[in-house]
Amino acid sequence: MARIDLDLAHAYRPKPKGDDDYALLPLKMTFDDGGAYALLGPSGCGKTTLLNIVSGLVTPSTGRVRFDGVDVTAQSPQQRNIAQVFQFPVIYDTMTVAENLAFPLRNRGVAADKIKQRVGKVAEMLELSAQLDARAAGLAADAKQKISLGRGLVREDVCAVLFDEPLTVIDPHLKWQLRRKLKQIHHELKLTLIYVTHDQIEALTFADQVVVMTRGRAVQIGSASELFERPSHTFVGHFIGSPGMNFLPARRNAAGFEVAGCRFAAPPGVSREIEAFTLGIRPEYVALAGPDVAGAVPATVQQVQDIGTYWLVSARVGAGSTQSLVRLRLGGGAQTVPRVGEAVWLGLIGAHTCYYADEHLIEEATPR
Amino acid sequence: MKPVNQKAWLLILPVVLCVAFSAVLPLMTVVNYSVQDIISPERRVFVGTEWFKSVMRDDDLQGALWRQMVFSLSVLLVEIPLGIALALGMPAKGARSSLVLVLLAISLLIPWNVVGTIWQIFGRADIGLMGAALKGLGLEYSYTGNPTHAWLTVLLMDVWHWTPLVALLCFAGLRAIPDAYYQAASIDGASKFAVFRYIQLPKLRGVLMIAVLLRFMDSFMIYTEPFVLTGGGPGNSTTFLSQYLTQKAVGQFDLGPAAAFSLIYFLIILLLCFILYNWMQRVGTADKGPGHE
Repeated sequence: MARIDLDLAHAYRPKPKGDDDYALLPLKMTFDDGGAYALLGPSGCGKTTLLNIVSGLVTPSTGRVRFDGVDVTAQSPQQRNIAQVFQFPVIYDTMTVAENLAFPLRNRGVAADKIKQRVGKVAEMLELSAQLDARAAGLAADAKQKISLGRGLVREDVCAVLFDEPLTVIDPHLKWQLRRKLKQIHHELKLTLIYVTHDQIEALTFADQVVVMTRGRAVQIGSASELFERPSHTFVGHFIGSPGMNFLPARRNAAGFEVAGCRFAAPPGVSREIEAFTLGIRPEYVALAGPDVAGAVPATVQQVQDIGTYWLVSARVGAGSTQSLVRLRLGGGAQTVPRVGEAVWLGLIGAHTCYYADEHLIEEATPR
Repeated sequence: MKPVNQKAWLLILPVVLCVAFSAVLPLMTVVNYSVQDIISPERRVFVGTEWFKSVMRDDDLQGALWRQMVFSLSVLLVEIPLGIALALGMPAKGARSSLVLVLLAISLLIPWNVVGTIWQIFGRADIGLMGAALKGLGLEYSYTGNPTHAWLTVLLMDVWHWTPLVALLCFAGLRAIPDAYYQAASIDGASKFAVFRYIQLPKLRGVLMIAVLLRFMDSFMIYTEPFVLTGGGPGNSTTFLSQYLTQKAVGQFDLGPAAAFSLIYFLIILLLCFILYNWMQRVGTADKGPGHE
């Protein structure tokens, strides 16, 4: 168990020039001891690179990795004593389940009776006790993935367990079971867990803290509700949520600011120097309103989709260069659902509205 | 009862015809010869199993069979481990890898009889590089005079000619192992030997099976190279089964015994391949450890 500090950058090719040459742009990050973290982002955003740097499979081109303050940058994965579960189950085909679980301990020269005891315990925890003598090669993908995890857990002193999209090849109905198992193990063992995924549901349900990454950059670290309520970067707003956040261009004028042809008083916190900014609001928080409601904007309904438990309405606001599409979710209850082509008013400005300049959230707590 | 659609027979007819002309008819001709004494094209006598009995009693054939078994076994014992070692030592990617692959494949591109000629010259004590070098070292090497030397030279020639095939197969097998296995092994603290024993070797099982069967069948039917190099001599020391068969069928025109022997030869290869295949299927997949139901 360990606290992991990162302060590094990584490029796969030598002598990187522009930002594009970096797999990971310079970043500083801390994973607290016993925390459950998720690295969330689209394919190619650098999350697996980051994970492999923590495990020691990849050495960062610059910077340091510290476990509990000790520099481990030059150490091998074995010396760092971490465990990693890969996307595709890795098991030793010729061995039984028990031999698979014992393998890391055997390599480290642990006594036979101690190995037996640890293997028994871990097998029980992972519900593999009945299959201990079976050949690992014959098992289903979810059992194989449990074995991969088990090979990490048999080491009592393991620093951290890393997961690289471990549920990709698992059947959907087993995913929930495995995820619950992971949660349970985290509660019992209080290990530091880092989980890489591109599935936001997986990340948000698994982790206490989610690191959202894009193009080699960690853009926000926060809990599920922080990421949902106050995305600190437009990418987070766009990536988290289904559908993602609505973004509308806004322009400052003498009295306040203008969005989609409507004028509003300037929001608190947005400094006067910022000429153009972006307004972001979650589809969940856009409500149908009347023309007399403060913060409402006229719109024309473009599309209405029945998603089962809710209605997804797309509406066009503004005209010409300020025209944009706003999506909103209407509960499946007794509300009236607008028809396509109908003129409606949408409440866009409110407590849940976020303001962005240059893709970054304008913090309200910075009045000047 | 439902009427059976007989049109399905038409669909397999092309395959049946192909197999009949390419395999069944030639084989039946051989069977035909093996049970008759063909005195002249017009006169033939049915002799039953007489040819089989006489062939089995033939001391020369038993000698050739025994020689053949030892030779094929030696080929496998040398070429398979050597091929695996070569594949493990080859660079995995980049220009160096391509270069090594090309260099390795060269011997596979040389026609059999040229291989024999190359080694015939290579081993000559007067002008051959190897022969002269061994002579220079004070060894009395002669593949034409010494049966052991001749036998070893044929083996060496086969190893030189065919080990690259085993290496290429193993190389392909090794490249097919996902990186995650090596990463997991390094996280589990596995030694280099453990990686070989528990990851590489099990993952190579499929290609090794092909390599073993190919090398076994090919070496069991070896003909051209020893024929060119030693002509089966000195004495009978490098006369393998197919050369013996050719002597009988073409040289002495004993079609009956030659046909009977062909069938026995065919059955031996089939049987040994069957045994090898089943044995290799079982190695590494059998459940081990007591108490497993």
